[in-house]
Amino acid sequence: MLELKNISYEVEDDHEILKNISLKIDKGFTAITGPNGSGKSTLAKIIAGIVKPTSGTIILDGEDITNLSITDRANKGISFAFQQPVRFKGLTVKDLITFAAGKDTSVSEACNILSEVGLCARDYIDREINASLSGGELKRIEIAIAIARGTKVSIFDEPEAGIDIWSFGSLIDVFESMHRKINGTIVVISHQEKLLKTADRIIVLADGKVSDDGPKDIIFDKWFCENSSVKCAKLENGGDR
Amino acid sequence: MDEITKKILKEVADLHEIPTGAYNIRKDGASIGRASSANINIVPKEDKSGIDIFIAPGTKNESVHIPVIISESGLKDVVYNDFYVGENADVLIVAGCGIHNCGDQESSHVGIHSFHLDKNAKVKYVEKHYGEADGRGTNVMDPTTNFDLKEGAYLEMETTQIKGIDSTNRITNGTLSDDATLIIHEKLLTHEEQYARTEFNVDLNGKNSSANVASRSVAKGKSKQEFVSCINGNAECSGHSECDAIIMDEAVVTAVPKLIASNVEASLIHEAAIGKIAGEQIIKLMTLGLSEQEAEEQIVNGFLK
Repeated sequence: MLELKNISYEVEDDHEILKNISLKIDKGFTAITGPNGSGKSTLAKIIAGIVKPTSGTIILDGEDITNLSITDRANKGISFAFQQPVRFKGLTVKDLITFAAGKDTSVSEACNILSEVGLCARDYIDREINASLSGGELKRIEIAIAIARGTKVSIFDEPEAGIDIWSFGSLIDVFESMHRKINGTIVVISHQEKLLKTADRIIVLADGKVSDDGPKDIIFDKWFCENSSVKCAKLENGGDR
Repeated sequence: MDEITKKILKEVADLHEIPTGAYNIRKDGASIGRASSANINIVPKEDKSGIDIFIAPGTKNESVHIPVIISESGLKDVVYNDFYVGENADVLIVAGCGIHNCGDQESSHVGIHSFHLDKNAKVKYVEKHYGEADGRGTNVMDPTTNFDLKEGAYLEMETTQIKGIDSTNRITNGTLSDDATLIIHEKLLTHEEQYARTEFNVDLNGKNSSANVASRSVAKGKSKQEFVSCINGNAECSGHSECDAIIMDEAVVTAVPKLIASNVEASLIHEAAIGKIAGEQIIKLMTLGLSEQEAEEQIVNGFLK
């Protein structure tokens, strides 16, 4: 289980991005949503160790990992898929899948992983992770790399960002498939209603605080089944319903 | 063949034994093995050190290996190798030089290679430079490569210097006729106090001739690199040069591009990028479980792959 205790994060001029957040995230598929600037991505990066919280504690399966490095957290079983996948000159899809798996990966193993995200291994295995790949391809490869790690906690930061309307459908398929095969904790940061619907639990962040938290059906109906202007107004008011 | 020779041959020419086909192995200033084939004739020069390699017109799927090994500390080896590649031939040429310097003196190799490609000849030329030292001796390599590409000729050069060369001044000159193509990929890594200068001069004289010169380099420690390229577009032609360098520690990288178009139909492009490893690249690999140092190594290895 992943537990966040009283996590706060301040930047210059005492501006608080996250305000005393406490959450317990168990096995299953959890979505974190909320308006831009609510602190979702910052929270995800704090879990992965990329951003250090100003205060608070992070517990993974009973162990305090607050002061562990990114590498140590990765080796404890936390994966993080970037909102903007990083490009590398020279490193190939197979290289990154091999790093992710922590062992040399055979072509057939890489093929299985890439097919999970709807990519044909033969076309992608030796491709450099550079500007020659489209945003949609990079996103799917980023997800495939997280799958290759097979860790107990996988965090996806806005997997839909930069995806065109045609690729979005297959992205939903990928997450629905992951949900069916789930064997650990998946946390998805998202604005997309279709993606949120694949979750078991939805946490709503607004103005750096947990505004709502509960089973998908209840939270989704409460926040997303009205017209968008009402929804935005509610979120902008810090979740005041 | 002793162990040092075997190791150097593996490093510079990927050879584990005497190659098949035509070859000339030069060690410490003299040939220690040579063979011609039915279509490729290797003849020692009479007026100076080196060989002439004659590749018959129409020769296909054959290779020539001409590695150089220097194991004598303090040796200054100068060699002239001329390749005459006949019409419509299609061959692989593997050169390269490795220095094992076990003393305190400077060992150097100056290889002057001239390629004369006849009409529609096609060559892949692979060249690797490598050095190792047990003592305080320095390893110097100053190769000059000249390409003369006749109508429709095609030459692709892969040149690599990854380890152990303290100083290099590499000069590559190309002259292209109609429809000729020259492609050069350079990979370079310098570290500690090493110095590497690369100079490319390409004359695109023929209609529809094209050149693509790309250099990827990593400069570590206090090493210094200089990339100088000059493409002259003298006809309806296309030229592209690219310098992409990762700079680390206290290294210095200089890129000096020069394009001269003297024909209105010449299309010439230069791209240069010098910068450190992006922090987000290191973070990404750390999220996969690599340490910061391992991430840096893998990024460099991939960049120079």
